[in-house]
Amino acid sequence: MSRVLVGVKRVIDYAVKIRVKPDHSGVVTDGVKHSMNPFCEIAVEEAVKLKEKKFIKEVVAVSCGPTQVTETIRTALAMGCDRGIHVEVSGKDYEAMGPLQIAKIFAALAKKEEASLVILGKQAIDDDCNQTGQMTAALLDWPQGTFASEVTIDGEKVKVVREIDGGLETIKISMPAVLTADLRLNTPRYATLPNIMKAKKKKIANMKPADLGVDMVSRVEVLRVDEPPTRLAGVKVETVDDLVAKLKANGTI
Amino acid sequence: MCLWKILVVLQCPSMGCCCKLTLMSKLQVSTFDIQIVQHTNIPVGVEMERFADEADVVIVGGGPAGLSAAIRLKQLAKEQEKELRVCLVEKASQIGAHTLSGACLEPSALNELFPDWKERGAPLNTPVTEDLFSILTEKYRIPVPMLPGLPMNNHGNYIVRLGHFVHWLGEQAEELGVEIYPGYAAAEVLFHEDGSVKGIATNDVGIAKDGSPKDVFERGMELHAKVTLFGEGCHGHLAKQLYRQFNLRENCEPQTYAIGLKELWVIDEKKWRPGRVEHSVGWPLNRNTYGGSFLYHLNEGEPLVALGFVVGLDYTNPYLSPFREFQRWKHHPFVAKTLEGGDRIAYGARALNEGGYQCLPKVTFPGGMLIGCSPGFMNVPKIKGTHTAMKSGMLAAEAIFPKVTAEDPASETAGLHIPEYEDNLKKSWIWKELYAVRNIRPSFHNYFGLYGGMVYTGVFYWILRGKEPWTLKHAGLDSAQLKPAKECTPIEYPKPDGKLSFDLLSSVALSGTNHEGDQPPHLTLKDDSIPVANNLAIYDGPEQRFCPAGVYEYVPLETGEGMRLQINAQNCVHCKTCDIKDPSQNINWVVPEGSGGPAYNGL
Repeated sequence: MSRVLVGVKRVIDYAVKIRVKPDHSGVVTDGVKHSMNPFCEIAVEEAVKLKEKKFIKEVVAVSCGPTQVTETIRTALAMGCDRGIHVEVSGKDYEAMGPLQIAKIFAALAKKEEASLVILGKQAIDDDCNQTGQMTAALLDWPQGTFASEVTIDGEKVKVVREIDGGLETIKISMPAVLTADLRLNTPRYATLPNIMKAKKKKIANMKPADLGVDMVSRVEVLRVDEPPTRLAGVKVETVDDLVAKLKANGTI
Repeated sequence: MCLWKILVVLQCPSMGCCCKLTLMSKLQVSTFDIQIVQHTNIPVGVEMERFADEADVVIVGGGPAGLSAAIRLKQLAKEQEKELRVCLVEKASQIGAHTLSGACLEPSALNELFPDWKERGAPLNTPVTEDLFSILTEKYRIPVPMLPGLPMNNHGNYIVRLGHFVHWLGEQAEELGVEIYPGYAAAEVLFHEDGSVKGIATNDVGIAKDGSPKDVFERGMELHAKVTLFGEGCHGHLAKQLYRQFNLRENCEPQTYAIGLKELWVIDEKKWRPGRVEHSVGWPLNRNTYGGSFLYHLNEGEPLVALGFVVGLDYTNPYLSPFREFQRWKHHPFVAKTLEGGDRIAYGARALNEGGYQCLPKVTFPGGMLIGCSPGFMNVPKIKGTHTAMKSGMLAAEAIFPKVTAEDPASETAGLHIPEYEDNLKKSWIWKELYAVRNIRPSFHNYFGLYGGMVYTGVFYWILRGKEPWTLKHAGLDSAQLKPAKECTPIEYPKPDGKLSFDLLSSVALSGTNHEGDQPPHLTLKDDSIPVANNLAIYDGPEQRFCPAGVYEYVPLETGEGMRLQINAQNCVHCKTCDIKDPSQNINWVVPEGSGGPAYNGL
């Protein structure tokens, strides 16, 4: 096996307070601190680990979006990826871009690059969709190992320990396959300064979705974005009788 | 010998990681494997070699001074067709994320750096149209005429969001070929054998809270340069070391500071007056506490106002909380009427210089120089330091350029010593400006406090423009000004109402600050016993009140008897106030892992 595709998404940093745009069409992103989606960092780390263990030869980092996403690809390169692919999407297409469009892009790239594995984060922290990995696998008709907390390559197969509601589930799937990384898969390494400097020399190829035969039309229209309603103060009661009286008074019982 | 030193330090659990960091800088480790022994005596073989790279000039700090210096160097290189490698490191995750200022920018330095700044899209969108100054009492406002010639007069200036301006400067610098590395903190100064500065090293990453190396541990990197510029802003941590190392402060007064807290509000459009600048003094501070407020109406599309409060850190009452003074000031009728119905969208804080001319240290030393607010060129009565910071960076670049590009720099030391920078500063408008206003801030140290200062300014500055032959002194170190708690009265602050005023923790959340949790706290104590024995016992723990981010809390010990100081390092917004105001001078701020800290957006 030779090549792994890793998806990295540039999202608003998890520590930043989100603000809704005054026109309620979305959230404010201008000038706001962005960073690599934490689950994507874990995905990159896993791919680089597999390369260090000599299971794969090349790791390609892919990101879709406007020019700024090249910073995120550079961070992936600094963590150990060999080269990057920047799929240029901007303006209205970028705002409407969702898991289905990304999955189509990744499916096309996986075929084009003859990848043996596509590793993605389980979900992005801005939309929390948790769909891209699964959709990519479906479009490619490849097996999927999602919510991976442990990945072991065994010949032409991959053993994946999955985090599920009831505990842990271990499956064995054949390659090529799609994996999505969960929190406990690994601890991502730092992108240190010498590696950032070296990463400047690594190649990032540019392409458009149309080059991959993907149309970016979205079937989802965002009507309105609002802040969650402010939580009203609760009322403390002293006894059970008080509680029953209050519930009766406001018509609950 | 070096091995022995490390063993001793780490077996002392109460010393924490600050000693490890200090020790590392003295060791000048470069090429040998060292065994770090942890408390439990399990030896761990750790690769201690550091990757090193060479540049012509290395700049620490991506603020107005550092970026102006970098830009000027590259402009000169382009003009004279010479090659120059300029590297700039900045601890914030992106340029501008740790920048906080009012700000009314005087475009003098910008006009020199980029005469075509408008065509280049510099974000100076709000020319000042109205300039108001008031003295506030609890309920009323006394307007003071803003006569031309008074230092705060803002005619010709622009209200800017300095974070955005700095970000734009960063883009200009990158276009000119400056290598900018945000997210990497310079943690250590490196020295040649002859004692001159060799460059800096970024901090090691992947150290756990107890000081032991994690799996992802990696040594920082060394950046060597012919000359290193230090533009860390007010009270830089590397600058502290350099002052001691090269005795740069032997002929000047100790620097005196203030803390500035700031918020951004989206207000009701009907109350919006784009281009209006408002300053006030007086309430809620008493006449002996230096400070005041600012409120600027920006003109960038939505009805945004930048407002804030400054308190001189030479205040004497340990019960004073600059944050709570700021919050209650907003309830003054004159201020509340602008803010009512509005939404707060950002918060931050930073220390600023108040010392001016009397506190300027020597700024050049073998191998390096200090630029910007680090040595401190802020014009205090004008409340502006950006134009002088930029100019100092430009002057540094102009002094350096011929030396670093010369075939034979003819320097006595390995790191270049360029005293021409200091000569250029003394001949420039920075010096004239700072000299003229040198007596205004110290004039507040009189029985009438604020009013004495205003009279002095009105009489001597407005008429004589600083030509009086005397130079007043400041009061001394800010940390020495606090009176013991038993001699002072606690201040009754009103509870935040959640509409105009807010509590500390929700404010800190708005700054977007965060740090990797599992790292040694970067607020280090030289002696762990002093906070309770001295700060709490004598001054009632003033750090609980002057920290604008809730880092310091005195909490009861789990065992019941007594208190301990809890340091919530993750909240830190890198304002440096604790390092300045701690009456025991026991708190030593060191830089945390790069890209930690606030995430200011255009503050």
